[in-house]
Amino acid sequence: MKMLEDFGKGTTQFFEYAGGLTELGGESLSFIGKLKIRVTETIKQCYLLGLQSLIIVILTSLFTGMVFSLESAQQAVSYGFGNLVGSAVAYTSARELGPMLSAVVVAGRVGAAIAAEIGSMVVTEQIEALQSLGLAPARFLVVPRLLALIIMLPLLAVFADVVSIGGGAWIANTYAHISYDSFMSSARQTVGFQDILKGLSKSVVFGIIIALVGAYQGLGTRGGAAGVGKATTGAVVISIILIFVSNFILSYILFGNSH
Amino acid sequence: MSNVIARLDDVSMNYGERVVLQNCSLDVVEGAITCIIGLSGAGKSTILRLLNGLRKPESGHVYVKGTDICHMPEHELINFRSAIGFAFQFAALFDSMTIGENVALPLRENTSMSESEIEKTARGTLESVGLENNYDNFPSELSGGMLKRAGFARAVVTNPAIVLYDEPTTGLDPIITHLLTDTIKRLRAQLNGTAVVISHDLQSIFMMADYVAMLFEGAIIAYDSVTKIRASMNPIVQQFLQGSEVGPIPL
Repeated sequence: MKMLEDFGKGTTQFFEYAGGLTELGGESLSFIGKLKIRVTETIKQCYLLGLQSLIIVILTSLFTGMVFSLESAQQAVSYGFGNLVGSAVAYTSARELGPMLSAVVVAGRVGAAIAAEIGSMVVTEQIEALQSLGLAPARFLVVPRLLALIIMLPLLAVFADVVSIGGGAWIANTYAHISYDSFMSSARQTVGFQDILKGLSKSVVFGIIIALVGAYQGLGTRGGAAGVGKATTGAVVISIILIFVSNFILSYILFGNSH
Repeated sequence: MSNVIARLDDVSMNYGERVVLQNCSLDVVEGAITCIIGLSGAGKSTILRLLNGLRKPESGHVYVKGTDICHMPEHELINFRSAIGFAFQFAALFDSMTIGENVALPLRENTSMSESEIEKTARGTLESVGLENNYDNFPSELSGGMLKRAGFARAVVTNPAIVLYDEPTTGLDPIITHLLTDTIKRLRAQLNGTAVVISHDLQSIFMMADYVAMLFEGAIIAYDSVTKIRASMNPIVQQFLQGSEVGPIPL
């Protein structure tokens, strides 16, 4: 009986959360649709959420590209398929590593920051103050962050693609003596512009997830400093789970027919 | 009684299982300062939040300027709230903005005034609360009393018809308390508007109030002018005013 009760409670909470998130998303999109956008704040958020994440995205992508190349180059060369390393690295980077890695890193850094900032505003009554001044928190706080991530996450993914392919090429060259020309020509043969575009479209969805989950967690903060901590952790965990789930769904939709 | 600008009509409200207000009714008289007194946690701040639509009651009605705001959708409430000033207990200034930007924000977002007019109005409002030299300071650079005054300035900068003050003098020294009480009286007179003040500071209440309402166990049990409330024969009111441990109020 208790198990059923817990299951029912969990299901209700899940749908409440999903409904709340959808409502916040809908409200934010309606402000974007009506062009009620705080342009200066959006530019500021592009810098804070996007540009300031560049170094960490570059570092993680570089080393992941290098590791992937290191693991695959040795095997490929030993079986006489050294000319395929470039395509393997570029293919994975453009479709998966670039968008996913940049999203996970940004979810950790930015999702937490959004939840913490908005959560602190909740506990210090700043959100109520906004509402009292006749300002909708969705327009004032969520829309600039949402737009910033929709714009910046695909750009970060492009950097992630380039850096991981570059790192992979360097490792393939120094470790398995695969020439840069051979690596890049193999990469170009396998990865088309469409693959890159599809990868970037994933980044747009991931950006929406990170911004909305971070903001929703922040707005739902209860109970002072401890509540802010809980909201922050929740933002990172939930965004990362949703990124992985949506990545599978998007890969199935975007690339399902190309295999 | 004179014109009523806002009214709680038989309002009940719970937070979880805790009953905060039960069949509570209150009239806010236009052009007057109404102070609400009561024990800590009695639901006084909830009344302010009901009056500007930040909370919705479980039952009953909240009328402001004759309109029942309980069934107003959020997008209408957002516009409605911009006509009511709210000075928060801890000022609730946006810490990423300067004091000037905080005060200018409602003008910038809700009016079509030019930038120069906005700055002039914001500076003028800050001057009226004695903060003319703090336009470019951030909230973290101001003392508690200055923050409260900046909060007052932001609440009144759009000349709202009603200003709600949530514990404006709590935790401040007697001189600043006196200054803030004077400021509330002066701002009300300047705006020719209405003020609702929640406070535990009886001296300050007696200085500024036109009407006093006492909230006890979820309902307004006494409501009258300062003189009549002070002379009230209600034992609960008397115990509260005297700060006595002996009486009908359970400790």
